[in-house]
Amino acid sequence: MQIKKSSTAYDVVIIGSGAGGGMAGYVLANAGIKVLMLEAGPFFDPALDSQQLKWSYDSPRRGGNATRPMGDFDASYGGWKLEGEPYTQKDGSEFQWFRSRMLGGRTNHWARISLRMGPKDFKCKTNYGVGDDWPIEYKEIKPYYDKVDRLIGVYGSMEGLENDPDGIFLPPPKPRLNELFVKKAVTGLGIKVIAGRGSVLTEALPGNTDRKACFYCGQCNRSCKIYGDFSASSCLVIPALKTGNLTLITDAVVREILTDREGLATGVSYVGRLDLQEYQVSAKSVILAASTCESARILLNSKSDRFPNGLANGSNVVGKYLHDSTQGGGVAILPQLMDRKRFNEDGVGSLHLYAPWWLDNKKLDFPRGYHLEIFGGMMMPGYGGYFGFEGIVVPYLNGYLPGPDGKMKDGGGYGLSLKNDYRRFYGTMAGVGCHGVSTAREDNYCEIDPSVVDKYGIPVLRFRYKWNSDEVNQARHMQETGQAVVKEMGGISLIQPAGPETNYGLDKPGKGIHEVGTVRMGDNPKTSPINKWGQAHECKNLFVTDGSVFTQQSEKNPTWTILALSMRTAEYLIDQRKKQQV
Amino acid sequence: MNRRESLKTLGIGTLSASALIAACNSDKENVQVAKEVTVDKTGRQEFEIIRDKSLQTEKFFDPVEMTTITVLANLIIPKDEHSGSASDAGVPAFIEFIVKDEPEHQLPMRGGLRWLNFQCMSRYNNIFVDCSPSQQTELLNEIAFPLKAKPSMQAGVSFFNKMRELTAIGFFTSKMGIQDLGYMGNSPGKWEGVPKDVLEKYGLLNV
Repeated sequence: MQIKKSSTAYDVVIIGSGAGGGMAGYVLANAGIKVLMLEAGPFFDPALDSQQLKWSYDSPRRGGNATRPMGDFDASYGGWKLEGEPYTQKDGSEFQWFRSRMLGGRTNHWARISLRMGPKDFKCKTNYGVGDDWPIEYKEIKPYYDKVDRLIGVYGSMEGLENDPDGIFLPPPKPRLNELFVKKAVTGLGIKVIAGRGSVLTEALPGNTDRKACFYCGQCNRSCKIYGDFSASSCLVIPALKTGNLTLITDAVVREILTDREGLATGVSYVGRLDLQEYQVSAKSVILAASTCESARILLNSKSDRFPNGLANGSNVVGKYLHDSTQGGGVAILPQLMDRKRFNEDGVGSLHLYAPWWLDNKKLDFPRGYHLEIFGGMMMPGYGGYFGFEGIVVPYLNGYLPGPDGKMKDGGGYGLSLKNDYRRFYGTMAGVGCHGVSTAREDNYCEIDPSVVDKYGIPVLRFRYKWNSDEVNQARHMQETGQAVVKEMGGISLIQPAGPETNYGLDKPGKGIHEVGTVRMGDNPKTSPINKWGQAHECKNLFVTDGSVFTQQSEKNPTWTILALSMRTAEYLIDQRKKQQV
Repeated sequence: MNRRESLKTLGIGTLSASALIAACNSDKENVQVAKEVTVDKTGRQEFEIIRDKSLQTEKFFDPVEMTTITVLANLIIPKDEHSGSASDAGVPAFIEFIVKDEPEHQLPMRGGLRWLNFQCMSRYNNIFVDCSPSQQTELLNEIAFPLKAKPSMQAGVSFFNKMRELTAIGFFTSKMGIQDLGYMGNSPGKWEGVPKDVLEKYGLLNV
């Protein structure tokens, strides 16, 4: 074995090409800085590689989940399990880790739900009495949210809500029929419903000729051939490549960050995914954005005499404070929509309607809230993905509703009558998904499993994550809300209410795919690895720009905050370079 | 909880799959088939291309099983004035593929077909496909209505649930089935919201 050392010294090497790495690369390359970006997976350009506009029958598995956990057309390369790259658990933990190994990472298939965190969210301890306060305030990050809105584009409506700040919005898409039924029911429960907020170009983005306006296929999770929605690949890395200042190496799986005797980062060691050769590259600064858990893993694996506990880990909190969104909801068949009129109802592949958190936690038995994501409509009949085959419920429900002749019949069946039932039920499903806050806690963490390595010989992560009573109480409340919405709509619930023995249906941690917090920001080097600029306290030329930097999540989906923080850190790095601090 | 999870709660959800790639079959007939297999490579990972090719050159069901599946599928979804039958839409070939793609279907399907034929042999002295149409429907009526089926027929109910599910998926995700359901999307356009007459019908104009 031989280690190939590159003779080129870059200004900055960025590990990862998702929201955090992509944005940093875009900002730095456009500022004339020579950047090397390392991506563990292959090149991916939505214009060429998207499965957009394929029909279900274009897939031999009709969109099934055998090789992609969110369906055959989903853009993500990867999933909950990667061949040869395991992770382990301890203390009965069941954390689920979703990894997308490709240019742009998980931004190629995400739901484009683009929410700002609010002023109260940045001061969780102060406002809610749990977790910790961020070292920054909303007003410090607001200019970056504004810049992200202008650069990438987001639709929404101006609402003036205190803790759900408005942005610079494109017009929101109209709701689907089913979603209006949900809106009516949710509103009837006293909950305010507003337009969704999503990074989809409902109009052309001013000043941008590379991207086209949305043509409403509802397939954002496949990634967009005309760049009508945000992926880090299409909107950040590919444009950054065009500046000539960004060099991209794909299929580069990072082992560790290299440091010198003074404790400064000097470069990165990686293994080629395809050629299995060992490489080293050098740079004046390193930006780590490999994803929340992978970034913690790289730091913990970057051990040296000076940093025996892993790089930037004198505080011993790298990997700790891992936290993911809670999830719950309600879903139903709406009998009033049987035999509904057909029209093209694809809409956008993001959120049409949602309800921000609406209650005062002081009157509840859990400290943080959740929001409602409203869904339903006539989707392309398919198999797999989140939706599966909708018609699967038909032979189980057709005995509970009168037929076209007004008469009841036995459920199940076969033949012409059953065939007609599938038509009658088509497009009648609707519901609400709930996404809530969990609190960052020291005892929910990932760490290096000392006895297990992956196929490249890199020590793997071991997870320990348990929900606490706050989160379980919140899940119970979600379930009650979901059931109340279904009842208000007059729907037939497709969920059997879960009891305390299954945490009221609360999913396993990680399943929200909003995990953050493992390399948290903080002013105190003894309790946080990085400062408010995303700069390591112990290694001034090392920066972190992915979800790992979150001190405390909110019920807002994290991507927009990752983008804003990454832009801010990249601008700080430019400033520090000018001052010759790094 | 999302829709997929909720369907799982009902016990009828999307089935997860962790298929193993079986060793390549080397018999002559299959090699012949292999030459005709084409796989879309756009945006596909290398392992997916290899897997799709491999699965399409293998065979799981034997000819009698395939005939039985075809007869059952057409009883579940027959031709009518709107669209063709399950076999017109290629459902048997889909079922042959999906049991290789999601191997958890293999045992219930093979065992279920065997259960069905044993029932038919016991009652009518013929396997299912050789029974008369009235004998076939007589048996189906005992397994196709879960809530009124006798406890002794539960194995048949389970099999028929799966057979019906795979048939419906195969049919309604085919070109013929998607047209039958009247899905009108997957075509570029401008979404202007729900048509006014529809909003009026449901009293949702001002929601």
